[in-house]
Amino acid sequence: MLDASQRRFLQERARHVRREIVTMVYQARSGHIGGSLSSTEMVVALYHHLMRHDPGNPRMPDRDRFVLSKGHCSPVLYATLADCGYFPSSDLKTFRRPGSHLQGHPFQPKTPGLDASTGTLGLGLSTACGLALAGMLQNSSHNVFALCGDGEQQEGQIWEAALFAHKYHLSRLIAFTDRNRLQTDGSTESVMPLDPLPDKWRAFGWNVSVIDGHDFDQIDKAVAQARAQLNRPTMIIANTIKGRGVSFMENVADWHGNPPNAEQFSRASAELGREESPA
Amino acid sequence: MPSRQQTRQGYADALIELGTTRPEIVVLDADVAKATKTCDFERRHPGRFFNCGTQEQNLLCVAAGLALEGLIPFATTFAIFATTRAADQLRNAIAYPNLNVKVVGTHGGISTGGDGASHQACEDIAMARALPNMTVLVPGDYEEAHQATFAAARHSGPVYLRLGRDSYPIVPELHGEFAIGRAKCLRGGNDLTICTTGIMAHEGLVAARELESHGYQARVLHFPTIKPLDTDALLLAARETRAFVTAEEHSIVGGLGEAVAGFLAENHPAPLRRVGVRDVFGQSGHGNELLDLYGLRARDIVAQSLALLQSRAVA
Repeated sequence: MLDASQRRFLQERARHVRREIVTMVYQARSGHIGGSLSSTEMVVALYHHLMRHDPGNPRMPDRDRFVLSKGHCSPVLYATLADCGYFPSSDLKTFRRPGSHLQGHPFQPKTPGLDASTGTLGLGLSTACGLALAGMLQNSSHNVFALCGDGEQQEGQIWEAALFAHKYHLSRLIAFTDRNRLQTDGSTESVMPLDPLPDKWRAFGWNVSVIDGHDFDQIDKAVAQARAQLNRPTMIIANTIKGRGVSFMENVADWHGNPPNAEQFSRASAELGREESPA
Repeated sequence: MPSRQQTRQGYADALIELGTTRPEIVVLDADVAKATKTCDFERRHPGRFFNCGTQEQNLLCVAAGLALEGLIPFATTFAIFATTRAADQLRNAIAYPNLNVKVVGTHGGISTGGDGASHQACEDIAMARALPNMTVLVPGDYEEAHQATFAAARHSGPVYLRLGRDSYPIVPELHGEFAIGRAKCLRGGNDLTICTTGIMAHEGLVAARELESHGYQARVLHFPTIKPLDTDALLLAARETRAFVTAEEHSIVGGLGEAVAGFLAENHPAPLRRVGVRDVFGQSGHGNELLDLYGLRARDIVAQSLALLQSRAVA
């Protein structure tokens, strides 16, 4: 259970990260805003509260790992890593530009703090399985967190990983689904239905919880329950709102992968509370 | 020593030895462990063997995760699955982040036989070779497969190791020192150079002996490493011989032949002909029958060599 000051702190970090997301995508003139805004609380809770990690020692052996399986939502991860101090916030201006360590999709060899490279959908959860299996072989107690998209779960490979993690009892694997119900071409349920999604994960033998993905207390509680698992991986299905925090982006599929124009950026910044004007 | 042995057995025997001395080596398979022979490793090192079932895409990404943590995974399945089935994973999860994963494809080439074209990987070398960071190894007999497995384990970075199904002739000329990126000169000669990879080493040597009876001295340059290509050996051969014939159990598109042709065209143009599967899908048959049927024999190398040596381009 979070106390009031922890909750306030996390909410303020989430607001900051959202401002950075919108600014990065505006400046790069490309990138994925909607799914970054829907998963902000999860990523912020992990890096600012739940994960054992040290920005001064990014390769600390017993750190918790994080894999952004929905790699297109790199803005939320980069903004959070910068906020933790893995690299200067000014680097965020270089997102998607030649020479930058902040590639459009996470590229682990380049970016301080990244635990895995991801990009094409469906690969990250399997890679997280490999990280968790290695932890088991090396008798380490760290957790491996993964964040999957809901649209991503139309990839067959996600269900390969689901079988694998169950077979090898990867109880240190704790995955989230950002269940914002929208993908590039529209609603997940019209493009390729996923419901009843929690039943599917339960049928694969996973420990499953369903939460409000914008509620820090529910995220905290679900992760605590996941950590208590002894022989099953966990899938936390987080119901979220795509574009959360910017009124005109909320629940609009077109904000999956389009950048805002100057007027939209200005309105979004006003809604999120401007810290400083971008260069 | 038997006169014929499987390259996949050379791999499996080397793995067991490596497993004993290198605790960071782990082996993964995708429900073909009896065929790839990784079941031998499983018996000896059960705690470091993981069967992913028929999940080739998951197989390669799990291997990527293990490599990120400092383990050395040998992700093993049939060549067709390791490359065409899991192409995205090979590219994005392994080659792009330059991870220390050894991807091993057995049952490569047309001599896989009875399963037919769906299972005959004749473009796997081309696909692996097209990926930056990737090292591509194609040993020619049991012993060279054993050497290549050790070399792959020593090498830091992604490797595609291509092996076959059938028992192939043991070629004593192959058994010198194995170094990634170095070709092996199996036979001297200054009329033409026969470039071989994989099991075509044997056919190349037979062809060279046949050419001698026609009055030609053929150099046989064997490439157990397709990438990085030994360009020093090629350049020397281009200066000292008049023409090239390449031979591979693979499509003529994208394999050894095109690698050699591309280097020579840019650096020392020379007449060249390719022996390989001529941009067609195969069919079911015994491995040996198919090598005959698709023109992958010493006699095919001889025919191409004679045609080239007696053409105006060379004379």
